[in-house]
Amino acid sequence: MTLLSTVNLSKSFAALNAVSNVNFELPEGQIRAIIGPNGAGKSTFVSLLCGRIRASSGQVFFNQQDVTALPAHERIAMGMAYTFQITSVFSTLSVRENVALAARRVIGSHRQQVNERVETTLEQLNLHNKANDIAGDMSYGHQRLLEIAMGVAQQPKLFILDEPTQGLAEDEIEAFNKLIKQLAKQATILLIEHNMNVVMACADYITVLDMGLVLAEGTPAEIRNNDAVQAAYLGTQ
Amino acid sequence: MDFGPHLFLALLEGSITAAVLALTAVGLSLVFGIMRVVNVAHGEFFMLGAVFAWWITSMLGAHPVLGFVLALLFAPLLVGLIAATTDYLILRRINYNPERTIVATIGVLYIIQQLTLMTFGPEARPVTAPFNKRIALPWFENGADGFTLIWPWGLGTTTYKLAVIVAAVVILLMLWLVLTRTKWGLIMRATQLNSDMATAHGIPVDKVYAMVFGLGAALAALGAVLVVPIQQAHYLMGADPLLLSFIVVIIGGLGSLLGTVVAAVFIGLSDGIISVFFSPTLAKILATLLVAFVLIFKPNGLFGKSAE
Amino acid sequence: MNQASKSFALHGLVAALLVLLYWVLPEYHSGNLARILVLAIYAMGYNLLFGYTGLLSLGHALFFAAGMYGLSLSLHWLDVSVVPAMLIAIAASIAISVCIGYLALRTTGVAFMIVTLMFAQAGYLTALYLGEYTRGDEGIVLKQADRVLFNIDLTQPDTRYFFALLIFTLCFFAIAYLVNSGFGRALVAIRENEERARMLGYNVQRLKLLAIITSGTLSGLSGACYALLFGYAGATFASVQYSIFPLLWVLLGGAGTTIGPLLGCAFMFYLIDLSSQFTTAYMLIAGICLVLLTLFAPHGLAGVIRKRFLPWLP
Repeated sequence: MTLLSTVNLSKSFAALNAVSNVNFELPEGQIRAIIGPNGAGKSTFVSLLCGRIRASSGQVFFNQQDVTALPAHERIAMGMAYTFQITSVFSTLSVRENVALAARRVIGSHRQQVNERVETTLEQLNLHNKANDIAGDMSYGHQRLLEIAMGVAQQPKLFILDEPTQGLAEDEIEAFNKLIKQLAKQATILLIEHNMNVVMACADYITVLDMGLVLAEGTPAEIRNNDAVQAAYLGTQ
Repeated sequence: MDFGPHLFLALLEGSITAAVLALTAVGLSLVFGIMRVVNVAHGEFFMLGAVFAWWITSMLGAHPVLGFVLALLFAPLLVGLIAATTDYLILRRINYNPERTIVATIGVLYIIQQLTLMTFGPEARPVTAPFNKRIALPWFENGADGFTLIWPWGLGTTTYKLAVIVAAVVILLMLWLVLTRTKWGLIMRATQLNSDMATAHGIPVDKVYAMVFGLGAALAALGAVLVVPIQQAHYLMGADPLLLSFIVVIIGGLGSLLGTVVAAVFIGLSDGIISVFFSPTLAKILATLLVAFVLIFKPNGLFGKSAE
Repeated sequence: MNQASKSFALHGLVAALLVLLYWVLPEYHSGNLARILVLAIYAMGYNLLFGYTGLLSLGHALFFAAGMYGLSLSLHWLDVSVVPAMLIAIAASIAISVCIGYLALRTTGVAFMIVTLMFAQAGYLTALYLGEYTRGDEGIVLKQADRVLFNIDLTQPDTRYFFALLIFTLCFFAIAYLVNSGFGRALVAIRENEERARMLGYNVQRLKLLAIITSGTLSGLSGACYALLFGYAGATFASVQYSIFPLLWVLLGGAGTTIGPLLGCAFMFYLIDLSSQFTTAYMLIAGICLVLLTLFAPHGLAGVIRKRFLPWLP
């Protein structure tokens, strides 16, 4: 079943068409990667999906509903979770409170249930021994994990991760790949990623964007052998 | 007086308000445009200008013209120095954080105002104008034998009032030349565009900021020195110029100098007219509401272009 | 003890201490303290918006005055008793907070500060303009006969003190509960990182509006109590100075702490009280405090206590 789709989705800033006429379909349960050179419109595209920016034209459907007109927070409340490209946590609050804020929005004021959700999430992300640390004092890698934990605690249907491995060390990336596979059992995953190793290791299916257009779509093997993609993207690496 | 001459008089008084307001508001606008901070103590720098003018003219006891010329030179200079010191001691240390700057300059407002109360006292004190000749003004009358010139009683102004308008125009033109044609102007505009880049190119941004803050305050003081022979110096006189400058800067579009001058003329004239024909309190209520609604619905100013 | 019970104990202790103080202090000071308690409600309302939500309003005098005039005008002109007058005052504060919140929340940052300042200034000028009813700067003096609640004469020092303390304590505990609730935590999240809070699915605009309404209503309640207990309502209370005061109290006492507003309010009250014995320029103290606080102690008294001694301080 299709969880998320777009019809002729476009966004232009002044004269620049950042995203033009993208028709995109994401089935439930998949790990989908969006790749493309810098400035291809990847971040703009996912910002349109979760409502951080308004589309110039076209439609977004989530869970069989037209969400094009909905503001970001309502889309999130429908079961999307979003992690920022540049780490964005509540840096003066404790790790536990960061996760609790995410859980509380979904669960409501039921303290016991919120606490349980927070503890299992921290456990799952291996952050439980850092629960009382102030988020901003942690290492960059741990802050990225916390960012993901805030998504996990919402138990979303769709989890959008904008360049989650940016700035992580080699061994942290290893662990991240495992984590993604694990999360995919609970949620559909949409991953914007620069690191081809991560994409090839994790993604079930890949969409390539270039100049705001869909250049190609296919399995990792198909994308690897696609000439157009090679020319536009892989060739430049 | 009939409506016509009355309106003419209101416009004339309004243009004096507009002239002084343009100087004061351009000072505020310059500081906002280049430093991106709102100086709530701006009205107190205006007040200090007037108080220093009284102080200089009465201390010297010299000929009114000499005393006034000295006041015109030194009052803005002193105020500029005080403002630059304020910038150096306070604003620089809080990194020009916009919200903390507002809180800090509210503090500065009270410090300046209350220190003036303690030293200068609660009285309003006059400053003699260097020259002050009355001029009666003519008006047209469309009577039985066509248009005739008449001289309605009470329709008149003084040479000094006219000189204030001329002086304000000259000062604004000079400021415009400095900002667009000199190295100083270039440095200020570079700092406005990107303070990090300016630093990278060896511009001493700290000094430029202190200078701009001083210049902004000096312009307010200059406006005050010009107006003090008409208005008298008083320790609470800063409130109205502050409010009006805010109104002008916001309506003119934050940080746009040309917009500020246009808005100053617009607000000065309409303030003159509304105050003459309606209640001044009502005029102020309408003006404050106008500012609030402009900020809410047209944040780039009434004359500004929209962002999209 | 866990955090919640520690916090409850602390708030209970403060309330008990305030009861004791009435018998310990001479009458002059208990009179002052009654004033401080009422104004501390104003400061607590302000703190909810500034300290917890991170919205800096320069126009809270409008809400304070809404409550003050709501009560005084209805007692003075409508010939109603204290309870309906109080209800009118609270309704007026809610109505004005809804309007201002709805309009001002279209702006952020510096524009929000200026918009609130301008609305409050317009309110102040309106109070002067309608001098026929409000008596402008001169103000309305409420008759002693009007200031009676359920046969209790609120003009007496003891009833006045305990009425102030009762309202204060209710608000004090309500705020302590509120900031520890999901609502309060969400406000802190907005203060710390608005975009992150939005992208966690919080309706940031609605939460901010609720914060303004709660804050404005508490401010209005304080204004109404002030008029009721001290028998006077004047336009001064609507002026910019009374918008700056709660900011000053909260900054001094510690923004984002439940105890801070009371501390700041008491401290500043006595500072101004003492300095006004020496000079008419007592606002000099306020100015110096504002500058020094911004420069050296942005977290205020309670902020320092929390950092040095009691990290759990709510």
